Amino acid sequence: MANLVMTEDETMLADAARGFLDKSAPVKAFRDLRDAGKTHDAKMWKEMADMGWAGVLVPESAGGSDMGHAAAGVLAHEMGKTLVVSPFLSTAVIAATALRNVSDARAEKALAAIATGDVTYALAVDETPKFNPEAASMVATREGNGFRLSGKKTFVVDGALADRLLVLAKTDDGLTLFDIPADRAGINRTAQNMIDARDSARIDFDNVEATGEDVLGQVDSAMSVLKPALEAGQAALAAEMAGLSAGAFGMTVAYLKERKQFGTVIGNFQALQHRAAHLWCEIEVTASAILNAGRMLDEDPDNATMAVSLAKARATSTAQLAVQEGVQMHGGIGMTDAYDIGFYMKRARVGAEWLGDYGYHAAQVAKHRGF
Amino acid sequence: MQSNQELEGFRIELRDWLEANCPAEMRGGEASEASICWGGKNFEFESDAQRDWMERAASKGYTVPTWPVEYGGAGLTRPQEKIFKEEMNRIGARSPLDSFGIWMLGPALLHFGSHEQKLHYLPPIARGEIRWCQGYSEPGAGSDLASVQTRGEDKGDHWLVNGQKIWTSYADKADWIFALIRTDREAPKHKGISFLLINMEEAGVETRPIKLISGASVFCETFFTDVKVPKHQIVGTENRGWDVAKYLLTHEREMISGGGQGLSGGRALGAVLNESLGEGQEMETTLRADAMRCEVDALAIGLTLERYKDQAEAGTGAGDASAMLKYMGTELNKQRHELLMAAGGSDALEWDGPLGNRPADWLRTKANSIEGGTSEVMLSIVSRRVLGLGA
Repeated sequence: MANLVMTEDETMLADAARGFLDKSAPVKAFRDLRDAGKTHDAKMWKEMADMGWAGVLVPESAGGSDMGHAAAGVLAHEMGKTLVVSPFLSTAVIAATALRNVSDARAEKALAAIATGDVTYALAVDETPKFNPEAASMVATREGNGFRLSGKKTFVVDGALADRLLVLAKTDDGLTLFDIPADRAGINRTAQNMIDARDSARIDFDNVEATGEDVLGQVDSAMSVLKPALEAGQAALAAEMAGLSAGAFGMTVAYLKERKQFGTVIGNFQALQHRAAHLWCEIEVTASAILNAGRMLDEDPDNATMAVSLAKARATSTAQLAVQEGVQMHGGIGMTDAYDIGFYMKRARVGAEWLGDYGYHAAQVAKHRGF
Repeated sequence: MQSNQELEGFRIELRDWLEANCPAEMRGGEASEASICWGGKNFEFESDAQRDWMERAASKGYTVPTWPVEYGGAGLTRPQEKIFKEEMNRIGARSPLDSFGIWMLGPALLHFGSHEQKLHYLPPIARGEIRWCQGYSEPGAGSDLASVQTRGEDKGDHWLVNGQKIWTSYADKADWIFALIRTDREAPKHKGISFLLINMEEAGVETRPIKLISGASVFCETFFTDVKVPKHQIVGTENRGWDVAKYLLTHEREMISGGGQGLSGGRALGAVLNESLGEGQEMETTLRADAMRCEVDALAIGLTLERYKDQAEAGTGAGDASAMLKYMGTELNKQRHELLMAAGGSDALEWDGPLGNRPADWLRTKANSIEGGTSEVMLSIVSRRVLGLGA
């Protein structure tokens, strides 16, 4: 059983991250980006890379900081608190983990480019409105020494901004994961106008050429690379959503202490006190599942599936409760675009779907628990 | 800090010991309050296996694995404790001994007791020889516990105790009682209470079981009429018993929360539900969805209990964890038992029917969110102390 205490290094990392983000990426920064119609701040990503965040899962031999999954969770948590938008999850967590599970010179080079912040990635897996990677139907047809990819992907988070795409497609005897540049001939990206104003794209692949070099890992066995990458992403996303919950909760409790009605602050009403206290309890319980998932990925990655699904399931239900209670307790002002709590609600909804929703992950937990 | 090699050595040794010493009858099965080994002078063991298991475990200190060896424990470190739990769960071993002495009085004595008191009271608890009950609530002091009125008059070398306690679980079967007694009637209510240890065989102590909705009578009324309690039977300082009481309450709350697992011994709810459905039957969709949600929550609450223990070990613990665990664990346990009833269908509707204690256990869980502080009191504690609301 993992040790579920934050290490001194992790606490210092969290403090350092908070210091940087409060200055460079408060919620206001996200609002400004949205108002400008942008989904990405390249300059900030470069700064994050300089601090070692982009290389959090990149080996030191490839120029990374190699801090591990629990540390990646710490960073994601802090980013979640102020709704930071960055390619952190897609690139530094998911792509880096996929590449790390392939040991060749090309992967090493790709990891180095991730660590410097020079290359961004997006994971193109979903084809239907619900997450179900095993059921991918997009086809990669053999042609000569390579493949031709045809089909459609949707909800490719960071897909409009990414330099490269990890694409899951069906091959003769299974699924294969490809790592290709996003501007290759035949790829047509349509940015989605997401409710949470984050980067996402629908992507059409029209007879796109892929060589054997572009295959990540082995042909027909995508899961040996994709599964750890997905689990890393799910755990980090869970941590981000826990941060989001903490952010929304902090705003809400502050509002309870400030808003006056009936001649007193509304935080004096027991009906609201108990709801806020219940929410705090849910957040505390979820925090344990998040830390446990990070530890399991670092210490026993081959057996981390249940821990990761537990974290994502809990993070999803807690975030949804946090934002619903947040808007309700803010009252009318919570419904206005000018107030930040609504951003949290929209981000939570997107996070709930990405990489598997509550039901998907609860079913995974049940499967591992024998029912 | 032990090396991984040392810990693995401990695991292997423990595994062998469990294999050789935990009787087959004490493994697996659906846990129930009725199958708990409570120990004590009046306890009737359900089988030789139950007695053997308790005695063998006690001889190794495994009834109270984390207590110091000199007080009857095994002195396990935190990493060893985790291994102990994992290995017990691995074979589905039932707890060899459970009691209020282990769960509540023991931790309070370890914290507040003198060395002599620890040596005197703890080993008999660890060996299952003396069974304790808790004298906290009174007819007029429920959620407002600090308003207890049972009084102890100072008679020089002893207190003369008079009054009434209620909801004293298993008082009719207990050998001793730890009780909150008002020893200063002039002081503010929190500052006039002493924490006294009283022998139930003393003249003037009387218990009366209360029949409950579950048909059982685990709760009692306990009456004290001119009971003499020697002065050395106080834990902590005179009139400062509320500190002991509160400390003990945090342990009681963690115990009642069961780490979200109730008495299931780490078994998955869904697996238990499947069993009770019988062969070839599948859980219908809503039951399965509810079971999944319970399982997710139970695992996360269990991890939270472990996280708080790890924090306490590292000295970074946040206070007030017990209120949260108690609230979350008991509300979950009530849901689990609702699902067990639903899965049992009409088989679960008979007293001692095809599913044995299931209906009684279901009704018993309703007290979980009342005893040791109601869910509402827990939420008020969290909102006041953690969130700083309505201060």
